[in-house]
Amino acid sequence: MAEFTLPKNSKVKPGRTFAAVAGAKRVKDFKVYRWNPDDGENPSTDTYAIDLDACGPMVLDALVKIKNEIDPTLTFRRSCREGICGSCAMNIDGINTLACLKPIDDVKGAIRINPLPHMAVVKDLVPDLSQAYAQLRSIEPWLKSDTPAPPDAERLQSKEERARLDGMWECILCFCCTAGCPSYWWNGDRYLGPAVLLQAYRWIADSRDEKTGERLDALQDPFKLYRCHTIMNCTQTCPKGLNPAKAIGEIKQLLVARQG
Amino acid sequence: MSETAKTSTTKTGGKLHVGVMQSELGRARGLGSARSGTHHWWAERVTSMALVPLTIWFVIAALRLVGHTRGDVAHWAANPVNATLGAALVIVTFHHMQLGLQVVVEDYIHAESMRMPMILAIKGAAFLLGLASLVSILKLAFMG
Repeated sequence: MAEFTLPKNSKVKPGRTFAAVAGAKRVKDFKVYRWNPDDGENPSTDTYAIDLDACGPMVLDALVKIKNEIDPTLTFRRSCREGICGSCAMNIDGINTLACLKPIDDVKGAIRINPLPHMAVVKDLVPDLSQAYAQLRSIEPWLKSDTPAPPDAERLQSKEERARLDGMWECILCFCCTAGCPSYWWNGDRYLGPAVLLQAYRWIADSRDEKTGERLDALQDPFKLYRCHTIMNCTQTCPKGLNPAKAIGEIKQLLVARQG
Repeated sequence: MSETAKTSTTKTGGKLHVGVMQSELGRARGLGSARSGTHHWWAERVTSMALVPLTIWFVIAALRLVGHTRGDVAHWAANPVNATLGAALVIVTFHHMQLGLQVVVEDYIHAESMRMPMILAIKGAAFLLGLASLVSILKLAFMG
């Protein structure tokens, strides 16, 4: 059966509190999930009071400030700090998003920061995405064509054909959507999840790809595809404003269409 | 997290035991695609669309029969249009119910030993209940 409570050793306990520097005028509390695989302790929530007048505007700025100035043990992924790399995907104030794109002022009161839900935690805010990456690889997200490319030019697309890829090539594979999908929580070992299905459709919709039928064959499965029940969390949470639910709907429609 | 991943490492007597060393890609590919599911998904949609007019028709018809005698109801059911639509309503309803409940079981029942028996039980129950409803309609229509 589905599990609705956390295992005993996963229950989150209250953690340490770090006060703001003296004289700080605009103070905001950041309640951050902490878990260290090496100390054998339960996860805890540490509270860091931050002087917003001495901090950048985004949640990632506050995390970097905490790591640099308050607590160097805080562990999280970040790289580009402008919503392109997808590294800093985490759950902020109950919504999966990118810390670098989330303005601190968007959240009233204390900001709760947790790792992406239902992914195994490596440490603190770092989730283990190896299952999701393997699922991405399983849909073979690369161009497959029997027609050789022109010897001295790229494969051409019409403007209309190229336009079909809009809303999909922008995906940065941060897995905010997949980690926000209840179907993925219950059946993530078999259901591919919205991010991977969006990528699968990206190649199905590509006019240069010639393996559309094989790609549909591989998805036509009660678990790989049809665990999607249009809950729409994926579309609601996508920090890039993309619509994985629509892509999944397109795949389902194509599977019906080819039945004749 | 997957069932396999959850049980892949266990500590017994201080000794770390790794139960699953299969690659993530091997686990993601699993048993491959079942090449099915489209019919089930499409039948769910088609039956739900059919149920909209059928249910509205039945609710209105049932409300208009409120307060009438059993004989009046039997007379109503003896009309071939009413008997046909009534039979269609129960067939589509129980088919739709079976399709939907199967999805619920597939979502939440993860033990293989439980999933198939529960799906079969749902199919059997839906079939028998649908058949019983059908027999009742025909009995009312033909025998009063």
